[in-house]
Order: sequence, then structure tokens, then C-alpha cells
Amino acid sequence: MREQELVTLTIEGTSVSVPKGTTILEAAKQAGIVIPHYCYHPSLPVAGVCRMCLVEVEGMPNLQIGCATTVADGQTVRVYSDQALKARESVLEFLLINHPLDCPICDQAGECELQNYVFREGRARTRYTPTYSKRFDPVEDFGPDILYVPNRCILCTRCVRFMEHVADEELINVSERGDRAFIGIHPDRQLDHAWAGNVVDLCPVGSLLSKDFLHKARAWEVDKTASICTGCSQGCNVTVETRSNAVVRLRPRVNLEVNRYFMCDHGRLRYRWLNRGDRIEAPLLRDGQDLTATDWDRALARVAQIISGSGGKAVALVSAGASTEALFLAKEVLSGFDVTGACKVERVEGEQPLPGVEGLALRDERAPNATGARLLGFGEDFDGALAALNEASVVLVLDQALEGPEAENLSSAQNVIYLGTVAGDAVRAADVVLPVANAVEEDGTFVNRDYRVQRYFQAKAAPGMARPAWWVLGECLVELDRGESLTQAADAFALLARDVRAFSDLTYDRLGYGGARVAQQSPAEVSA
Amino acid sequence: MGYPHQPHPRETPVLSKYFGDAGAKTYEGWVQRGGYKALEKALSMDRQKIIEEVKESGLRGRGGAGFPAGLKWSFMPKEKARPHYLCCNADESEPGTFKDREIMRWTPHAMIEGCAITAHAIQAEITYIYIRGEFTEPIAIVEQALAEAYDNGVLGANAMGTGNRIDMYIHRGAGAYICGEETALMSSIEGRRGNPRIKPPFPAARGLFGMPTTINNVETLAAVPHIINEGASWYKSFCLSNPKSTGTKLLSVCGQVRKPGNYEVVMGFPLKDLLYDLCGGMREGRTLKACIPGGSSVPILNREESEACLLDYEGCVESGTMLGSGGVIVFDDSADMVYQIMRLAHFYAHESCAQCTQCREGTAWMTRILRRMLAGDGEMKDLDLLLDLSEHMTGRTICPLCDSCAAPVVSGVNKFRDEFEAYIGRSKSAAVMAV
Amino acid sequence: MQQATEYEPVFTGGQREKLDRIIERYPNKQAALLPALWMVQYARGWISQDAMTEVADVLDLTAAYVEGVVTFYTMFHEHPVGRHFVQICTTSPCNVCGAEDVVAAFLKHTGCGELGATSPDGKFTVIETECLGACGFATPVLIDDDFIESVTPEKVAGLLEKYR
Repeated sequence: MREQELVTLTIEGTSVSVPKGTTILEAAKQAGIVIPHYCYHPSLPVAGVCRMCLVEVEGMPNLQIGCATTVADGQTVRVYSDQALKARESVLEFLLINHPLDCPICDQAGECELQNYVFREGRARTRYTPTYSKRFDPVEDFGPDILYVPNRCILCTRCVRFMEHVADEELINVSERGDRAFIGIHPDRQLDHAWAGNVVDLCPVGSLLSKDFLHKARAWEVDKTASICTGCSQGCNVTVETRSNAVVRLRPRVNLEVNRYFMCDHGRLRYRWLNRGDRIEAPLLRDGQDLTATDWDRALARVAQIISGSGGKAVALVSAGASTEALFLAKEVLSGFDVTGACKVERVEGEQPLPGVEGLALRDERAPNATGARLLGFGEDFDGALAALNEASVVLVLDQALEGPEAENLSSAQNVIYLGTVAGDAVRAADVVLPVANAVEEDGTFVNRDYRVQRYFQAKAAPGMARPAWWVLGECLVELDRGESLTQAADAFALLARDVRAFSDLTYDRLGYGGARVAQQSPAEVSA
Repeated sequence: MGYPHQPHPRETPVLSKYFGDAGAKTYEGWVQRGGYKALEKALSMDRQKIIEEVKESGLRGRGGAGFPAGLKWSFMPKEKARPHYLCCNADESEPGTFKDREIMRWTPHAMIEGCAITAHAIQAEITYIYIRGEFTEPIAIVEQALAEAYDNGVLGANAMGTGNRIDMYIHRGAGAYICGEETALMSSIEGRRGNPRIKPPFPAARGLFGMPTTINNVETLAAVPHIINEGASWYKSFCLSNPKSTGTKLLSVCGQVRKPGNYEVVMGFPLKDLLYDLCGGMREGRTLKACIPGGSSVPILNREESEACLLDYEGCVESGTMLGSGGVIVFDDSADMVYQIMRLAHFYAHESCAQCTQCREGTAWMTRILRRMLAGDGEMKDLDLLLDLSEHMTGRTICPLCDSCAAPVVSGVNKFRDEFEAYIGRSKSAAVMAV
Repeated sequence: MQQATEYEPVFTGGQREKLDRIIERYPNKQAALLPALWMVQYARGWISQDAMTEVADVLDLTAAYVEGVVTFYTMFHEHPVGRHFVQICTTSPCNVCGAEDVVAAFLKHTGCGELGATSPDGKFTVIETECLGACGFATPVLIDDDFIESVTPEKVAGLLEKYR
């Protein structure tokens, strides 16, 4: 990388060195100071309109906006000087004159930048006489998942700039002038772009709202967990928000190398399956026609008995949404067999890119770990695997739904071990049913389409006796006397890294929250 | 000639020489009056020399900011790597100002000639003349003059037979005061909302369509041919006071005065003489109360200040105001200053582009406070509030519209406080307090 | 309401050619937006949502974008107005010269009754406008494209004769 010229300046007494051309606002972040701002967003062209990030720059007669003023060597910037504080206090007062103080019923409350900064730097009381009416415009239905509450709008124009410069489809505008201005939409159109939901995240106040999340939870009630979107093979980094052990919202988590600040609406809104109530909550064993609930010891013993009592051919039908760890351990469990393994990947014609971000799209491949499965040798010849069922002495199904004719194929197979979250058609043919956690109930990793291994974290508890698939498969190996108990996902990943060359130089610590690419991209090379 | 009045002996008609002379409107008429000689001369001059000459003349931007014109041109890249543009700012919408309108109505070719010389100097192949939408008559006249200029080979791919391309188009505005601000004007030409843009980048680096651009006011451009013809020292000799302000200035006098109209005087001319001598003084039985000498965006002067003010850039600053665009608004003792200041605040609230917070909300808030005061619901603390809001509306925004709203309010409250207090004294709340 | 009849495009034939020539003056199509909107307003008297969509299609813009621009400029009408559109300057310099009386006279003689309303005969809409840039000729009035200087209340009735 080209070495960049550094500029050294002092911000509130802290000396920082930043590349030439950096703005004061970005430089201040490095000094640990977030200069209050509304219209600025690192993903959007600078507008410089909210005038909130006014700071004092020594030697300049007027206050400067941090978002558009570039640093100069030897500059002294004061964020909290009396003058700067008074200026920002005044901006807040101006913003509030037409802003309804309806925080108690506003979804943004608790994570509202207007609320936060007013609390931090605003006046206790407005001087705007109560007899003046505030601007009032009715709530507007902008799109499939977007409501616009004009009264709360502070016209920072982040949404308009997102649609113009990032989504490249100007479906919304600033209409009218002066204090009559509002965000407008053409009556014949909807804000229905595949990535439109990001305007809700970008909105610093409660003006653009998600219908899906409307009045569902207060910001301070939700627990936030880092995760990976399961909607496609892009692997957008997300934050899973849960309340009372249910996922209530998915939001993008910044990863400059994968999805920057964004996620698509498909991924955003496709989370209800994670909250399904009809889950398998206990291991089940076949007893003639019936499946009977049992405990883990008996279930695992039965699995060991099946595996060690069989030989020859085996079939593994795995999900491209299973963790890399579980996929690896599934192979390990069947290591003595001649395995025909396959996964089924849903494909939807037509990628939906976000034009402003290179390499970001809702992908055709609608599974989070298809690449991981490929790297571990699971191809996509699912029909071939189904055809091999007849000759198999053991069949392992790893959370792969089988429906209709596929499930019927399975009914003629013997020794079917089924690891799953819900009881689909395939369960009828299973000899052992092992309940597993879903993607927000366990720690694990997915490998995205760019061979990036990314960790996701447990956001809620799995129901009943369900356990992460990697734990279940690890216990099978223990029962078979081929390993030790795995207490955490990192242990499972360590085994994977030890045995599969592509992952050889990776550890959970190295992956961190941002992930890392695999060393080598050719499928399945087991070094051991 | 003078228009609409006869020229006064103390006027110095350079730009206004042919105001009222219908013969000057046509190409032929213009050439008969010595037109397009300067362009011919300029096209044979070294570009740098033209810029130097204009710099030397001391010509400053007549649109309001007073920035030295030659210096502005010199910011354009010397080597032309990309298209350069010239924008002629004919958006004249500063209340009180109506001089560019007269230049376009009577001497459209003066403006075209000035544009052509400037376009040549800064290597702009295309000039956009941005005329405000309400100027239907000037638009028609300039359109006609442009057609003539093309027909006579003044403009086009082979301008004046020099092989240089000089194209000129009218871009009609559609009702937005702020489009007179140079970056907003560029936004408007680009087919956008007329939003001002943050500077830097300055237009000379990244202007219209992202290309190096110069924007000059009509009056500034119309002065250029004279400087080329007569030389910088001739132009510089027009100076009655500060040597930093040279040339003649068209002053649009309006409001409560006997003879409103455009008056062209030498820089440094006393405002007092302009009002009492040239304009014939106040109307019968009236006395001067206040005057805004540079268009509605500058601080108001009271009578004493007005009578002491010298009309050039420095003189106005010394008097606590600005020369601005030279729109002289006169109020006599019958004017209700509170009401007039409310009208001005309302104007800015109406014209705010809605980008900057202080401007969008502040101009409207001020208007409400003033309206409330006029309705008899004012309180003494409202005056402090107006002053405090003004402070936060000055020097804080992308463009100076917000400052322009604050200027008359601050000066009005400070200089005509008794009128504000009188409204408050009549107010209901004051009455309640008295009980 | 506006959908009662099929929308008839403005930019066909000669109008389209005229616009194409205007587009040539600029390095991109978007810059021809204001000229295109003026053409629509001259052709139709106002700029409907359908017209915005048409302009957007012609200039490769979105209808929402066009609407944002239309609403910025006060001279563009987003709603139908009377056959003759009367704009009276009421900014301070004209105001002190009696512009408000001129407004009253226009409201009375056109029969509009109130600002922004169209007269019952559909002939006039009267609005107050901000500075028309002819402050020395108070009170200037713009009736359609006719710029009339120094209007006083007494002249109003006579002025309007031409437009009846």
C-alpha cells in the first residue's frame, strides 16, 4: 500500500496523526471524540447541512463544520469550547422547534441522535413560544417496510443521498423550501428498492421507521449480538436484536470489507424462522412406528451403536446453512464410511446489487455457508446423493429439510440419523432425531462467497434440550471413542483448522468480529 | 441618457449611458455606439494580459460580495485540460436591486460583449446567462441580442473570425432568490434544486458540471469592455474615496424617495447626496428615517448613519453596513420599521433553500416572533431572543442567506428599538402586567 | 381527479425537437430539466404528476427527483391555476410604496377573493410574490409573461381589461 502523508493536529488537547485530506470529524474519532453530527455519514457524500458538527479551529474566524473541513498540520481544534458548545446548543434548539417531543411513543427513543445530543449539549428549555404551532404533516407510507414521520424529520438528507448515490435510484426527494420542506416521494412510486431499508438505519431520528419493527420493542430493551445474515452467500455482518428470547430485528453491522454499513431488505426481514415455536425440543428414538423422547445419553449411545455397527456406504445430506464446524464434524463422524455427501442450495435468478458498494449484492445463492460446504467436500449433486440412499448403511441428515418425494426416498433408507431444528417430513424416516440449535442459538462460522470465514454468536437460548450441531456431533465422536467433549465452538473450529488445510492458519481469535479469508480456496483437502 | 429619469449632472454614465436609448438594443445600434470594439481588441490580446488589466483596474464583483474580478479569473487553471465555463449571474433578486435588469433591457450587447471577453480570458467555450424567471422582458431582449450576435459572427464556433468558439445560452430560472448565490446558480443550471454547495471546492476548481467555472454578475461583466477599451488606469481613476473601490457603480434607489431609479456614480459617492440631490429627496413633508444601501441583506442605517455614509465597499463597512449589490432602499418617517423588518425576515424564510438548520428554522422562527409582536403579543424578552438567534444565524451556514436575514433584524432591533418597544408596550401581556 | 383522461405527452413532434436542441446546450440531459419544465408549463399551464413522470422519462431522471426540483422553484405550478396568473411584488421596497393596496385591488377586480385562489370564472389566480426585481418601479406586477411596472390600485381595473 502506498504510504500516505500524515498530518498531525491537536484536538481537545490530544495529538493525532491522520492521513492528509482527512476531515476534522474523522480525525476527532481517532482522538476518541465523536463530534455531534446528523447529516454526515461515512458512507455518503458530505452535505454539510445540519451544521451540528461546528467546532472551533484556531486561526479561523468562524466556526467550521468538522465533516467538511480537512485537517491541516499543526492545527488546534476545540470541540468543547464555549463558542462551539453554544453553537451546537443553538442548532439543537432550532431542530427542536418543529420536532414533536413524542419520544415516549417513538421507536427511535433510546437510540436517537437528536435525543442523545440534546441530553448532552442541548438547552433544558426551548425559547420557542408554545403558542406557535409546530409544523404538522401526516405520517406517510413510503414503501413495503418504510414509514415516514415528517414531523420528526430534521432534513439531514441522509436518506435522499443514500438513494441517490448508493442505491442509485432516486425514489425520494427533498420537496419544497424553507421550513416547509419535507422528504417527498412520487405518488405513483414506492420506496421499494431491494436495499431501501437502510434509510431507516441511516435516519438519525425516528422519522423513517420500519413497519416490521414498529412499536415492537424499545431500544434499551433489546440485547444485541453480532451475527452473520443467513439470507444469501454474501455474508453481510449483522446485529441480531433480541427481546425475551425472540429475534425482533436484524440490522447491518459495519464491516468495510463485506457489506460496509448496509444489508438488503431480504436479509433484514427474513428472521421469523429463527423464532419458530414448533421446534424439536428433545432427542427422539425410534421404537417401531413411534418416535419416543429420550435423553442425550441414550440418543448418543444409539448413534454410536448405529455408526459402529455399520460399514460401507453412507450418505450425508447437509444444509448449506449449517455451521462450518458442524459440517466438518459430520464428515468426521462418517469418516470410516464411503460417503456420498451433498447439500441443497436454493438459487434465485437475478442478483440485486447495491450499486454504490462494489461487491455487495443480494446473491443468487440463498444460503450463508454454501462455500463452507463446498470447501468441506459437500457438492450440490443432491439428486445423486438421494439416489445413493438405497445402498447406504447409514444416513446422516444435518438440518436439511427434505420434502415430499425426497423424504419418501429416505423412508426406504436404513439407519437414518437426523439432526434438525424442526420436525419435517424427513423425521418420519429417522431412527434417531437429535434437536439442534439454529443460527442465532449457537456460536459458529460461515464461509461467504468470497471465502471469508466469519463468526456468528449466540443471541438467544435454544429451546428445550436442543444443542449446537457441533456439540452434538462432537459428543457422537466421544461416544465413538474418537475424540473429547467440545465445550465451545472454538474447540470445534480448532479441530477443523488442524485437519483441513484451507482453514489451517485460522483461529477464532484471529477471525474476531470481522472474519478472515481462508488460505486456500480449493475444495476439501484434508491434511490428516 | 438616464432612465427612468433624466441623467443628473453628478452622475457618471458609463454602463447606463444608453439606458432609455432604444437604438442601443440592436446589434447595429450597438456597433454604431462603439460596441464590440473591446471584444475585437480582447480576442487579439494575450489572455493573461486581459486578466492583468482587469486586476489592475480594481473592478470588484458587483453582485454583492465585492470580490476582485481579475483575481477571481486568475484562479481558473492556466492550462485548459477540461471544459471551462463562464456563468453570467443575471438572477438579480436581491430586494432593492434592479440594475442588471436595466442593463439587459437597454444594453444587452454590453453584457454579451463583457461575457465574450471574459469567456475568452478564462478559456470558456460556453457561457450560461442565468436570468431569473420573472425577467420575461430582459429574457426576450437578451434572446434577440444573442441571435443577432450569432448572426453577425460575434459568437459561435468562429467568434469574430478568430477561430475561437464562444457559445452563449440563456438559462432561465424559475423563482428562487438563492439561485443568485454562485454555487446555487450552478446547481440550478445543472437541473437540480438551487442548493448552495459547500466551499471548498471553489468554482474555479470544481464548478459547473464539476469543471472550472467563473461566475460574474451582469454589472461586473458589462464593465469589462470599458476597461479593455479605455484601460485600467482610466477605470481606476473613478474613485472618490478609498482606492480599493474603483469605477462607477449603478445604485438602484427605491422605496420612499421622490425619484426612484438607477443612478450611476463614481465609487465613494456620498449616500446623502444620492438621496437628497440626485433622487430629489424625500417625498413631500417626509423625512428620512432609515436606509438600506446594499440590498436587503445588509444592515439598516438610521438617518445619521445614512447621511454620513460613503458609497463604496469600505465606506459602507465603516458605516456598519455593506455596499452589497447597490440596492438602496429608502424608508421615510412614515415607515413602520417593525413591519418592514418582518417583511424582510419573511422574504428570507420564504427563500431559504432548507439545507442548513439555522437558516431553515431560524428565518421562520424570526418571522413568527416579529408577526407575533405586530399582532400585539410581543414581550420584551423577544428582543433579546431575536438578537441571540441572529448571532447563531451569522457565519454558521453554507451560504449567507441566513446572515442576510439576521442583518436587518439585528440592525433594526438595535437602531429602532423604540418602535419595537412601542409594539410591546401595546401588547396584551404588557397590559396584564400593568394591571 | 387528474386521471380522468389519458395523459397526453408534451414532448412529441416539434416540442420534442425543440427540447432535443436545448439538451445539446448542456453536457448532460439533467441540465435541461428547468427548460423542459418551462416547456411543460407553457404547454399545459401547470406541471402535473404525470408531466413530471414524462419529463423524468425524457431526461433519464426519476419522477421523484423531478418533483423535488419542481417544488423548489416557486414559478412552477404543481396545481392548475387560472388562465391568467397574476404575481404582485410585496417585498419591503414595494410594500412601503403601497403594494398591499395593489394586491387588494387585484383581488377585488379579478374576483379571486383571496390569495392563491382562482376566480370563479377561471380566468385569474392572484398571488403575492417576493421581490420581482423592479423595486424602482413599485409596484411591479407580472401577469403571465407581461411585466407591468408602476402599478397603482387605480390602474388595476383598466389593466385587467386586456385579459378578460
